[in-house]
Amino acid sequence: MGAHTHHHQESFITKYVFSQDHKMISKQFLVTGLVMALVGMLMSTLFRLQLGWQGESFKILNFFLGDKWAPDGVLDPNMYLALVTMHGTIMVFFVLTGGLSGTFANLLIPLQIGARDMASGFMNMLSYWFFLVASIIMIASVFVQGGPASAGWTIYPPLSALPQAIPGSGLGMTLWLISMTIFIASSLLGGLNYIVTVVNLRTIGMKMTRLPLTIWALLVTAILGVLSFPVLFAAALLLVFDRSFGTSFYLSDIFINGAALDVSGGSPVLFQHLFWFLGHPEVYIVILPALGISSEIIATNSRKPIFGYRAMILSILAIGFLSFIVWAHHMFVTGMNPFLGSVFTFTTLLIAIPSAVKAFNYLTTIYKGKLNFTPAMLFAIGLVSTFVSGGITGIILADAALDINLHDTYFVVAHFHIVMGMSAVFAMFAGIYHWFPKMYGKLMNRKLGYVHFWLTIVGAFGVFLPQHFLGLAGAPRRYYENTAFPMFDDFVELNEIVSIFAIIGAIGQFVFMFNFLYSIFRGQRSSQNPWKSNTLEWTTPVEHVHGNWPGALPTVHRWAYDYSKPGADEDFIPQTVPLAPGEQDEGNH
Amino acid sequence: MITFLTYSVIILAIVSMVYLARIADLTRDLKGGNEADVPQSENKQSALGFIIFMVGLFASYIWLIQEYMPMTLPQAASEHGAKIDGLMNINLIVVNIVFVVINILLFVFAFKYESSKREKADFYPHNNTLELIWTIIPSIFLAVIITWGLYVWSGIHQIKVDSTLWIAGLGLLITGAAIIGLLKNLVAEIRVTVGGSLMLFGAFFCSYFFIAKNSINTEVSEEPLVIELYARQFDWTARYAGADQKLGAAHVRYIDGANTVGINTEDKAGLDDQIVRNEFHIPKGKPVRFVIRSQDVIHSAYMPHFRAQVNAVPGMPTSMSFTPTITTQEMRADEKTRKKYEKINKIREKRGEEPIEFNYVLLCNKICGATHYNMKMDIVVDTPEDYQKWLSEQKTLTEVLGPSEEAQQEENIAQL
Ligand code: HEM
Ligand SMILES: [Cu+2]
Ligand SMILES: [Cu+2]
Repeated sequence: MGAHTHHHQESFITKYVFSQDHKMISKQFLVTGLVMALVGMLMSTLFRLQLGWQGESFKILNFFLGDKWAPDGVLDPNMYLALVTMHGTIMVFFVLTGGLSGTFANLLIPLQIGARDMASGFMNMLSYWFFLVASIIMIASVFVQGGPASAGWTIYPPLSALPQAIPGSGLGMTLWLISMTIFIASSLLGGLNYIVTVVNLRTIGMKMTRLPLTIWALLVTAILGVLSFPVLFAAALLLVFDRSFGTSFYLSDIFINGAALDVSGGSPVLFQHLFWFLGHPEVYIVILPALGISSEIIATNSRKPIFGYRAMILSILAIGFLSFIVWAHHMFVTGMNPFLGSVFTFTTLLIAIPSAVKAFNYLTTIYKGKLNFTPAMLFAIGLVSTFVSGGITGIILADAALDINLHDTYFVVAHFHIVMGMSAVFAMFAGIYHWFPKMYGKLMNRKLGYVHFWLTIVGAFGVFLPQHFLGLAGAPRRYYENTAFPMFDDFVELNEIVSIFAIIGAIGQFVFMFNFLYSIFRGQRSSQNPWKSNTLEWTTPVEHVHGNWPGALPTVHRWAYDYSKPGADEDFIPQTVPLAPGEQDEGNH
Repeated sequence: MITFLTYSVIILAIVSMVYLARIADLTRDLKGGNEADVPQSENKQSALGFIIFMVGLFASYIWLIQEYMPMTLPQAASEHGAKIDGLMNINLIVVNIVFVVINILLFVFAFKYESSKREKADFYPHNNTLELIWTIIPSIFLAVIITWGLYVWSGIHQIKVDSTLWIAGLGLLITGAAIIGLLKNLVAEIRVTVGGSLMLFGAFFCSYFFIAKNSINTEVSEEPLVIELYARQFDWTARYAGADQKLGAAHVRYIDGANTVGINTEDKAGLDDQIVRNEFHIPKGKPVRFVIRSQDVIHSAYMPHFRAQVNAVPGMPTSMSFTPTITTQEMRADEKTRKKYEKINKIREKRGEEPIEFNYVLLCNKICGATHYNMKMDIVVDTPEDYQKWLSEQKTLTEVLGPSEEAQQEENIAQL
């Protein structure tokens, strides 16, 4: 009896907790990522209250932050910076890197290339557990004396190196560094695994030129991560030395709190080079999976092949490569050699070309399609809009001469939120609605999905479109309030409007949360291939089985985009269907 | 009461979501069929939704432009700033065209090709000509923007280039061409990508040589006025060079009492330096060179009206230069500024605050700690005469510190 219970419990633990099955790990990443997203969103709503109604008292601020950080319901300036920093860190790293790549790389790579699991199930499991531990430490850092890291998500030293400079640079910063180190380990474990799996475990017939674009995007993303995260690790390590062991890699000639520090010869600009060598590829680590996911969903729901498959692959590769030689566009006004600024303007603007190709190809895919507006499709179309609307302001910011006056203003905040924040969030939702049947065997509720989509897109543009104008008026970001600068007084109303839209958007996310939970338990059961899609994941049974396919692995005969092919009975031809005599494989010519 | 209302609203919201979900599920049960298929009616609604959204988006955008474009920065008050504005305007025009056109295409396609209106989708996997066209058109536009942008940028910084640059560029061009033309046993894709990138960079360096050369200002301009801007948590100080036109040597280790910016008092050049707070003046029409220092963390000296910004980095003095072209008085009379400040003062009146007048400002634009948002200095652009008058009223370091002990002793001896 005892032995039996023991056995049963162990299988529960290995199945649901320390699982090595990629499908379970993907769900673990998803749920953790969503919890982090909720936290990150809550933080932004809290500081938006301060920005919208500067200096006014809100019970809810006091409720969440207590008397220490929101005495009388008014946000403390240090806590404002802390919240902004945590919000940025959580959104970029934990939601849109860990959450997005973690979920969809794990779910889709084995299923769409026809593999039984990841190359190393154990490493994959570790990758999740490192991610969870990193998340917990990051959240825990909010509660320490002195508050969490507050130097911005870019943690530029000396601010991040000196506890005298800001309270958050004490224990809070230490925990930030520990958490990020573990996070980097997680993403390396995951990334190496994804690369090895895609390269080695494709099923028979799955040539690289037959891979769905999701896999191409996830593969290049993993390569970017593996090449760039170690550099962030090195940067963080040197920062740890400066903070704790008296070195001065980043510190020089400092006088603070009435005392000169014994540091010389370091360079704060060095940190910025190291940070952005990761930081820029990082934004593509966020956006490439988003573009992959939307390619897949747009093709399926337009009932049309993705337009220019080869060009899409080439542009993913080009973006991936270029993303490594543009980092200093974040540093035009640091006082670095202006000749460098010229070179980085050139390389940065080059990225606009493959990005434009992608945008045009999406449009042509939709053109003369037969569009089916599932909630996933709505979000994918929303992504095309945000990607273009936010991308074009990047052309302005890439110009070193123009960045002089726009750097670190709200124009930048508007730009990156739309092009990367909103696009990637839209893709994450699109992916969840689309692959929910694969994860949970149920369909998400469509009506609630519509409500969620419209609230989200209205919120997104309502929050970020007006911020361009603040930026053009010269309003700096990371300002707790504008009282010292009456020149921004005419924007009080606009700041209020922005905050109201932020609250609308936030409410929309509760509709999603509800739908997500409701559908897991009460949702309609899905059929095996609910969206009539070509890719391999829909040839697996609805009930998860270990090893994905109960019998032999499927064999692939064609690319993933034979939708509405002339001569076929149905408007889709799964990749497992052999080519008819005389038929050509469209991806390969 | 409020609490009660809040909870009721939350409960109501949840209940209505449950019902919405239930009803949707039930109707599907009744209808049967593939439960994942989107019914035509819903597709039509979403298609219409996109059009309504698009109209709303553009309407709000137009409203924003009308209401808030007049509230953005007035015309640039510096020589190079005018060039930046010209570049910005052309960029804004193009960017807005792309924004409008692409969003219209997207949402109209979404409306037009919605499922219920179509028998079957076209099978249209690719078209090389089309793809080539929309690679080349953005490329041409970008080439123009890059050239123009770099011309302005290198003009601002007076970037000096020598002939090694175009020689290197030529080298890259030839190497790239050789890779494409000669290494026949490499795969075509690799040959073209590697060779092509080298040629691209070669072309860039060659053309950059001419861009930078042409942007250099060859007229012998007068010596710039040098002003130091000194940043610390959380204020700015400006230092003028004094009668000798030379800033005295300084380092944080000399910071002591009233000598807040750490001037080395042994350096005679520093004794006549003038230190000002809260507000500093610059003369119209004279080139000014700012040297920027920080004593603690990174700050950023941002003067939006002059289109000027550079970080203040501890241990690494940075610099920027510009020539102011509009005095504070003139800018106050500027049409755009007047309108903006009328609106501001109306808002301030409603809040019971004093009316204010336009002032140029220096802001801190790099997160630097708790009251980063308070770190400012007003800037006054004077006519050269007013400027001289103002300057002569500012105290020198010696006046601020009082005579040093040695000087005191010397004086005592002399009196004996
Ligand atoms: C829920 C919707 C969101 C709202 C209302 C929001 C709002 C804001 C605001 C007001 C700031 C502060 C700007 C400043 O003072 O500098 C900010 C910063 C930031 N946000 Fe968001 N945001 C949202 C979602 C996201 C998402 C999805 C991302 C993912 C990319 C993101 C990434 C960032 C980053 C990286 C920063 C900069 C943090 C820093 O300055 O260190 N945000 N956000
Ligand atoms: Cu970047
Ligand atoms: Cu500051």
